This record gives sequence, structure tokens and C-alpha cells, in this order.
Amino acid sequence: MRPIFMAAAAAGLLIGTAASAQTLRIGLQEDPDVLDPHRARTFVGRIVFTSLCDKLVEITPELKFVPQLATEWQWSGDNKTLTMKLRPGVKFHDGETMNAAAVKVNLDRARTLPDSLRKSELGSVESVDVVDDNTIAIKVSRPDATLVSQLSDRAGMIMSPKALAAPDFAQKPVCSGPYQFVERVQNDRIILDRFKDYWDAKNYNFDRLVFTPIPDTTVRLANLKAGNLDILERLAPSDVADVKADPKLVFAPVSGIGYQGLTINTSNGERAKGPLGRDKRVRQALQLAIDRDVINEVVGQGIFPPATQPFPLASAFNDKKFAESKRDVAKAKALLKEAGVDRVKFELSFGNSTTTQQIAEIMQAMAAEAGFDISLRPTEFAALQKEAQAGNFDVNAIGWSGRVDPDGNIHQFVTCKGGLNDGRYCNAEVDRLLNEARSINDDEKRKALYDSAQAILQDELPIIYSYYQPWPFVVAKKVEGFKAYPDGMIRLKGVKFAS
Amino acid sequence: MLRFIARRILIAIPTIIIVSVLVFTLQQLLPGDPVLTMAGEERDPQVLAFLREKYRLDDPIPLQYFAWIGQVLQGNLGISLRTDIPVLTLILGKLPVTLELAIFAMIIALAIGIPAGVISAVRKGTAVDYAANVVALSGLSIPNFWLGILLIMLVSVRWQLLPASGFVPPSEDLWLNIKTMIMPAFVLGTGLAASLMRHTRSAMLGVLRSDYIRTARAKGLLSRVIILKHALRNALIPIITLSTLLFGELLAGAVLTEQIFTIPGFGKLVVDAVFNRDYAVVQGVVLCTAVGFIVMNLLADVLYVLVNPRLRHAQ
Repeated sequence: MRPIFMAAAAAGLLIGTAASAQTLRIGLQEDPDVLDPHRARTFVGRIVFTSLCDKLVEITPELKFVPQLATEWQWSGDNKTLTMKLRPGVKFHDGETMNAAAVKVNLDRARTLPDSLRKSELGSVESVDVVDDNTIAIKVSRPDATLVSQLSDRAGMIMSPKALAAPDFAQKPVCSGPYQFVERVQNDRIILDRFKDYWDAKNYNFDRLVFTPIPDTTVRLANLKAGNLDILERLAPSDVADVKADPKLVFAPVSGIGYQGLTINTSNGERAKGPLGRDKRVRQALQLAIDRDVINEVVGQGIFPPATQPFPLASAFNDKKFAESKRDVAKAKALLKEAGVDRVKFELSFGNSTTTQQIAEIMQAMAAEAGFDISLRPTEFAALQKEAQAGNFDVNAIGWSGRVDPDGNIHQFVTCKGGLNDGRYCNAEVDRLLNEARSINDDEKRKALYDSAQAILQDELPIIYSYYQPWPFVVAKKVEGFKAYPDGMIRLKGVKFAS
Repeated sequence: MLRFIARRILIAIPTIIIVSVLVFTLQQLLPGDPVLTMAGEERDPQVLAFLREKYRLDDPIPLQYFAWIGQVLQGNLGISLRTDIPVLTLILGKLPVTLELAIFAMIIALAIGIPAGVISAVRKGTAVDYAANVVALSGLSIPNFWLGILLIMLVSVRWQLLPASGFVPPSEDLWLNIKTMIMPAFVLGTGLAASLMRHTRSAMLGVLRSDYIRTARAKGLLSRVIILKHALRNALIPIITLSTLLFGELLAGAVLTEQIFTIPGFGKLVVDAVFNRDYAVVQGVVLCTAVGFIVMNLLADVLYVLVNPRLRHAQ
């Protein structure tokens, strides 16, 4: 009798564990900043928002736009009005109804809140009008091809207007996503629970999500191996082999929409006046001296796909004709000779991390063979940013997390007045092409314009791209249905534990 | 006595003022721009201008200082630039975590250091003494971060005995709280245990050579009684002083340990704040720590006087 009783008790215990085990634990690289989509700036914050706040528009892994809160949308004939139909019957986590009035409140807030970081993303928007309860019309001052893509990220996340009125919204965010906010302990955890009234609730299987920031990649992986986490983002390349060999883990990397590269100071102050800043042939020689495949294999363990253009591999605007740049030391030397220089000295500044340090060292060694004497300057990130803006650099190794629309990966960086154009590269023709490309909605015509701009940029090289930023996820074997998206977000639709 | 305390408090006030000025000015020397860090990847010029205005970052530094200290005097340490959470809330939330870690580590250090010191003093010159010394030296020389990661790999990943990192408040689950604290407290405590062991050993050796111990032995007392009752008690006095000093060191050491084990304590708070140029948090944390030390010192002084009448008369 006794063994039977014990077996029954053990079975009961097992069932109990299985039933309560619907908590998905996600390891993040850092603690998110403020939990208000209009004021947030961190990448990890966006990962949390993906489960917390629905957006007007969603993307596919192929970077196409699909409905989320908006079910359909259309531009007017003059490309000045974007009309969106909203999904009826959607509730916010506080029980309020998501409708056109709520969307208007949100878009207006994103445009006008003094410390909104979404202002430039919605810079073209002139007014937002409620057409009827489920229809909204967004009027733009100039045709803006990037608008739909902006609405597929934080600028398009819709929060409950009632909750927005509270001064401490960021500490208790209320949206309409599949999971609702429960608790946050800074530097420790963010907990979200399943939202029962979610419009697509049947496709979401976890009762609870726990996001834990663990900055050390080794410790993050140790937690996954020890069973304290189910998913982690941004595995260190040096751990790739270890993860692949572990039968309890699944390695799920994806090439991202962002890139890493070298920004060259072409006309920002005194330091632009060296041969590298003045003469495009010297920059071409530098590009020819670098072997991107080596960076991919040695530092990236195969997850740093070589990049020679700003548009990601998944994007329709990526063009193979700009993909070729093989290392050619002889040609690099010939170009330097043509430019009338023997050896070129410059300083390479980069954010202080193991990966960037390794890449900088490899570049230093490769470029030395072609005639470049690079001195390395590892700099703490906040300081690097400031020096970049002030023009206090020769070459900066800096990355961009990437945007779905091509405009977001190029315009700000190479147009004369671009806010992120640290090297102050300026070419009127590039400006004209890129300004025109952001104002038309025809993808084919846009592609032609971007190709023309790229042809110039490939020749003048204000930025030498090095590799596409990967998002290497690792998932415990028991997690089924996870698909990595190029934007690096964690989407949990259809994801579940193996039964 | 009251006059003595009043005088000590009066002396503490200028110290706190100097600390507050130092905290404020040193931070201005950090390279980088907090607004650039806050404004995110896009660095929208409009937002930059607004943030500069909001946090008065364009004001002359003395003006910024007085604005800040004025708020601090009213009990307002400001709001975290990064998360919008009031600095005081952050500090009150993180301080108990670090204190728990430090106390835990201290217990481990004492539990290892003192017996090891006593044994190696009593068995001076034997294999046991040398072995204890080797262990102590390793404890001092092994870096915390290395030991921490090694322990995680072994105890959590290989043997799956303890959680790899993280923190559970004792109010939520006391047992889990202890389990998450064991490894970090051990890592933090071992370095201290080593120096405690070395000090206990030399103090014990000194005491064991003294006349009253020889007398005790001559009386035929049990060796165990002599060591534990007569010798150790006297040897402990400098050890207690040392332990209180080391407690401050523990709080500093917690910074690194908290990073490795992802414990949301004081140390992690200030490190993250420095990297994110979250001025309000850095200022608040450093100021609170400084005031804490000054108050502790004040208490210690008062206690010394209470305990030791000779000092009282010297007043």
C-alpha cells in the first residue's frame, strides 16, 4: 500500500510542477530603461515592449509589414494621408477600449511630449484625425515612405490613454499586448502575466514572463545551462561552439537589421584633415586591406556576416552588386601610391568590449600590411559618443541597431545635416537621392534611388561597413516554436514548452 | 558626554559638506555627456536641448550644485534619469540586499578565519599550519570574479545544486534567498577569511607567549581551556577592531560580486548608474554611503568613550 501511495504522491507532485511550469524566463543583456515606449531608448526595453505593447503594424521575418492593431492601411493619391483601419474590440490591460481616439492620443503624445524620443520618427506627421471609432487618418506635411515602418516600432505602440494620465505611467505601463505588467525590480526582474482578454490570446501559451537582466554573457549562459532561464539573447561568439555541442540547448542566431562599421572623419574639424579624411583613394585602400571573412570566422565564429552596405541581408533594398569587396593588398598599396602617400597613420576609437577590441586588433594587423599604421583607442561608450559628435576622432568603430525601412539605416548617417553623421560627410547628390527616396511609396523606384546613392557612397566611402549585427539567441530544448526575427525582438506567438 | 557628542556632530557637518561637493564635482570630470546617453541612438537635437534644459545641465556647475543640495536638504535625492524611479526608493530597495550579502560574507569569513587562525597558531610550524597558510594565501590571491565564475560553472551548471545567479527577497522565500546568497557570500567572504586568519594567528601567537598563559599551563589547566578561554578572548580584541574595518571593505567588494552574480544591490546600482551617466543616482548613492560611514564612525567614537572611562576623562 505504502509504495503505491508514494508513487501517487510523486505523480501528483510531477503534475503540479508541470502545471505551474508555464513561466518563461528570458535572460537580457542589460536592464531596460524607462518602460514608456515614447521615452525609452534601449534595445532590451523593446524586447519587453514586444510582449507588453501591441503596435499598429507588425513585421514579418522577411521585413514585410503586416497588421497588428491596424488591420489595413492605405495612402491617399497625393501620398499626404495615411488612413488606417483599426482592429475592433481590442482592450487595454486596464479594461479600456482601444479605438481611434486612443490612437490619436498616443500619436499626438509621441509627437509633442517634450522628452519623447519618437519625435523625429514622426517628424513628417502634421495631424492625426479620428475618422470614426475604428478609423484614423494621419496627415503628413511631406510624403513620407518611412511612416509605416515607424508605426511598426515604438512610435506605433498604443498605450491606454487613461493610464497615460498618471504621472508614474512608466512604473506601471498599460498597453494592449499579449502580456500585462505585474512588477519591476530594477536590475533584477520585470514580470508580465498573460492578458486574458488579448485579441489573439489563444496563440500565447505562457502564463507568466520573467525578464532577468544578466550583463555577463558567461553567467547568462551558465543560468540557461543550469535551468534558471529558458531563452537568452546575445550569446558571446566565443561561446557558440559550446552551445552547439550542448544537447539541451538550441542555438538560434539571425542576421540582424543593424550593422557595424568604421565611420571616417571626412570633414568634422581638424582631425578630418589627414589623408584618410581628405582622399577617397586612401579610404578605398583601407577597405581593400580588410578581410571581412576573417573577422567573421575568427571573432564572430561564423555569425558576423560580412557587410558592405547599410541594408540588411533580409531587406529588399540590399543589392548583391554592392556585396563584393575582397581583400587585395596589392591594389590597396597601389591606391596609396596613387594618392601620394607612403604610410598612413590614424587612430581607431571603439567602445570598450572584448569583441570590438578583437576586431580592432585584427583590422590593425590586416591594414598594416597595406600601409596603415593604426593606433587603437578603446573608449568607454558614453565618452566615445561625445567625442564622435565633437569630431574628436579619425575613425570610429560604431554600430547601428538598424531599422526596418532602408531610410533609417542610411539617411541620418550620410546626409549633410544628418543627426548621426559624425564624420560630417556631405555630398549634394547623395542628399538629393536620399531625400527623394524617403518621399515616394513605390518600392521599385525607391530601390533605384538607393542604388544610385550607394554607387556614390561605395566610391567615396564615408563609412566602411564591416559586418551585420547578429542576434544570437539560445533557447532551452524544451521551448518549441521560437523563431528569431532580424530586428532581434522576442515574439512569443505560438511558442510553447514541449509537452 | 553630551558635549562630546555635540562636538563630534559639529565636526561631522563640514565633512559631509566637503563630501557632497566632491561627489558633485568629481562626477563632472567623467567623460561623456549624460544627455547623449539618455537621448538614445537617434540623438534627436530637439530632445537633447529639452533634456539639457530639464536637468539644468547648461547651468554653471556651482548653480547646479546648489540646486541639487537644496533638494537634498529637503529630503529629495532626485529621480533616476534612466528609469524615472526616485533615487531614494532605489537606495532603500538596494541597501538591504547588499547589507544581507555583506553580513552573510562576514559570518563566513569569521567562521573560517578565526578557527583556522587559532589552529595554525597552536600548531605553529606543523604541516597543519603550512596548509592553513597556503589556503589563506590562495584566498587572498584568487580574484573574486574568477572564483565566482568557477563556482557557477561547478556548483550550478555541473552539479545543479544552487541557482547560478539572481536574488530572491527573504520575505518571498527564505530558503531560496539563502540558496542564492551562499555562493556570492562565500566568494566575498573567502578573501576576508584569509586576512582574518592571518591576523588571528599572529594575535594568538603573541598571547600564547605571555606570562599568564604560562601560569595557566603551570596550574595544569586543560590545553583546550587555555586556548579557548584564556588566549582567544584576549587575542580577539584586535580582531574585532579589524572586522569592523573590514566590513567597509566588504561593501566595496560587493560591487564586483554583485555584478557577477547579478544581485540587485547597491554596488550594481552604482556601477550601472556610472555607465549610464545617471548623475542623480551616482550622487545619491555616494552621498548616502559617505553619510553612513560618518555616522558609523561617530557611533564608534561614542562607544569607545562609553566603554573606556580613561578616554572619557581625557575629554
